[in-house]
Amino acid sequence: MLVVMSVFDDLVGQDTVIEQLRSAARAADGLLAGSGGAGMTHAWLFTGPPGSGRSEAARAFAAALQCPDGGCGHCSSCHQVFSGTHPDLLYVRPSGLSFGVDKTRDLVLRSASRPTGGRFRVVLFEDADRATEAASNALLKAVEEPSPRTIWLLCTPTAEDLLVTIRSRCRLVTLRTPTTRAVVDALVGRDGVAPDLAAEAARASAGHFERARALAGDPAARRRREEVLAIPARLDGLGACVTAAARLYELAEAEAKETTGALDEQEKADMRAAFGEGSTGKGVAKAVRGAAGALKDLDDQQKRRATRIKRDTYDLALMDLVAFYRDVLAIQLGARVELPTADRDADLRGVARSSTPEATLRRIDAIMECRRRIGANVHPQIAMEAMTAALYTG
Amino acid sequence: MLASMDSASVPPLTVIVGDEELLVDRAVASLVAAVRADDPEVDVHDLVPSQVNAGKLVEVTSPSLFGERRVVVLRSAQDLTKEPAGVVTGYLRDPADDVVLVLSHAGGAKGRALLEAAVKAGAHRVDCAKPTKAAERTRFIKDEFSRAGRQITPDAAQALLDAVGNDLREIAAACTQLVADTDGRVDAAAVARYHTGRAEASGFTVADRAVEGRLPEALEQLRWSLSVGMAPVLINSALAGAVRGIAVAAQPPRGMSEAELAKRAKVPPWKLRSLRQQSRGWTPQGVAHALRVVAETDALIKGAGRDPAYALERAVIEIATARTRRG
Repeated sequence: MLVVMSVFDDLVGQDTVIEQLRSAARAADGLLAGSGGAGMTHAWLFTGPPGSGRSEAARAFAAALQCPDGGCGHCSSCHQVFSGTHPDLLYVRPSGLSFGVDKTRDLVLRSASRPTGGRFRVVLFEDADRATEAASNALLKAVEEPSPRTIWLLCTPTAEDLLVTIRSRCRLVTLRTPTTRAVVDALVGRDGVAPDLAAEAARASAGHFERARALAGDPAARRRREEVLAIPARLDGLGACVTAAARLYELAEAEAKETTGALDEQEKADMRAAFGEGSTGKGVAKAVRGAAGALKDLDDQQKRRATRIKRDTYDLALMDLVAFYRDVLAIQLGARVELPTADRDADLRGVARSSTPEATLRRIDAIMECRRRIGANVHPQIAMEAMTAALYTG
Repeated sequence: MLASMDSASVPPLTVIVGDEELLVDRAVASLVAAVRADDPEVDVHDLVPSQVNAGKLVEVTSPSLFGERRVVVLRSAQDLTKEPAGVVTGYLRDPADDVVLVLSHAGGAKGRALLEAAVKAGAHRVDCAKPTKAAERTRFIKDEFSRAGRQITPDAAQALLDAVGNDLREIAAACTQLVADTDGRVDAAAVARYHTGRAEASGFTVADRAVEGRLPEALEQLRWSLSVGMAPVLINSALAGAVRGIAVAAQPPRGMSEAELAKRAKVPPWKLRSLRQQSRGWTPQGVAHALRVVAETDALIKGAGRDPAYALERAVIEIATARTRRG
């Protein structure tokens, strides 16, 4: 059997979208050849729930547009798109919390130049919802009437996250939450995960493919999830609430330290070496002293990165807890749906028996409130103590 | 040579151990004064590690050609770098007759070897540790007055301490002022005439009063803390700590030892008993409410609200009245 490789292979459970994008890429080829190019347009908006692969889909489409074979996945153009080095692909990924108007104006300017490779100039804007209002307005004109060969690909969780004026100028690509079946197939077929493990990870991740991959591939991630899901049954008193909150806090701290510790040290050592530490000669001492300011900046950057990692860790833990109480609610209401946390069956049934659906909803609210509070810079331990106490009292 | 016989009362080698600057200064001054009493012409070298190097130390500690006496004061000896420290230990093994050496050392682990070498060489030791307990500070105040040949009543000493704060130098200055301005035995009324108010209030007192349900005192303490410039975030984290302590003491996790309990509540073991006392009468709903209030307040202080002082006041009122809450 002939295996046809394609840039779209990495998209899990998005068959309709893939078909839509493929035909658009063919139409784009037609456009270059001088036929009308019906089915292709200059602005696309990729939306879908977290984990559905918005930016992956956008990137695959970008590769298909740049590739003479409509996205073969192995030519140099495709490789360049996937490694982020393609000369005609502007890749925008806001690293901060918002994307300002100055950067946007610069982006608009750069997007207008002709493609060097003779095909398209593609702007891939991940998390376009982070653009500020002023930035969105700056974007508007460019998205409405771009230069003839410029294509805009914007990604947001939902179409409502963008200004209505921008939304109305884009063709919408709506990704769906991949089915458990599709996630299992992808894990088994692509990552070579054992079918049992893949099934378990797919169910636990509730359609979030990257999360499923992490759960399948990393025993530590599975252990952390186990530990988080064991919390609800253990909340038998206020002392236990405090303990559980402290434990969640420790887990996140450890996670951040593990991820960043070695990296931080290496970056600092590199920076110091760049400023001449350890070398000898005239003026070295002064140069090394001058490194203090730069080191301080680096330090701040590293702290922000660590905060981001901690936030992500809390988020994962809180979403696991939400999944647990959602399943409790499903049991309480007798809904016949797949339960992502079915592996804690005894706990689920115990909590479901001993409380009412109203209490479960209040608990889910408490978890979401905790998430909001952590986002608003409340000390995570304080926010989580309030949450675990609310989970306990119901 | 008679003079030098007399000054045998001043030991040739003294170490002053402790980190309370005022007391160190006083100890140094009294030693210098004792030597000066014998020999008004004596040279005094008052040195700190940042201005000395090995050469300078050798110079000031080597025997003098004409036999004049010298006092060498070396402050913060723990900060000496390796080389000058080596010179000092060398000198300790072979001291000069006409040098009075005074080393002051903060007392920590840093530069410990030097301190030990000095003690081994037979140094006279003077302790100048920072007073940490309130009782030690009131004793200090009493001593200040008796040095001036005066007396102060215990409640007046306490009032003075409340008004001036914990910095020993400021306490000493206030004592001198009172000695100069008043006659006879100093009582609380005399202190109140010159000092009103309270210099230091801590977030922990606010939190303790709040969880004990003593609302007026808690609010008073809160106002003091805020007006002496304590950061709202710190006050709120003290509130969080107090409520956390109540939660752990009220319903300790099953099968947990005392030591572990203390660790979970983030308090020293001796505080557990007072925590138990404070936690009496709290309902679980009350504690849960208090924990929520603390989280809300943290958000309000960090930008969700407009006025941190108001947020804290509301938190203190809510916590002080949450105790018997049901549902």
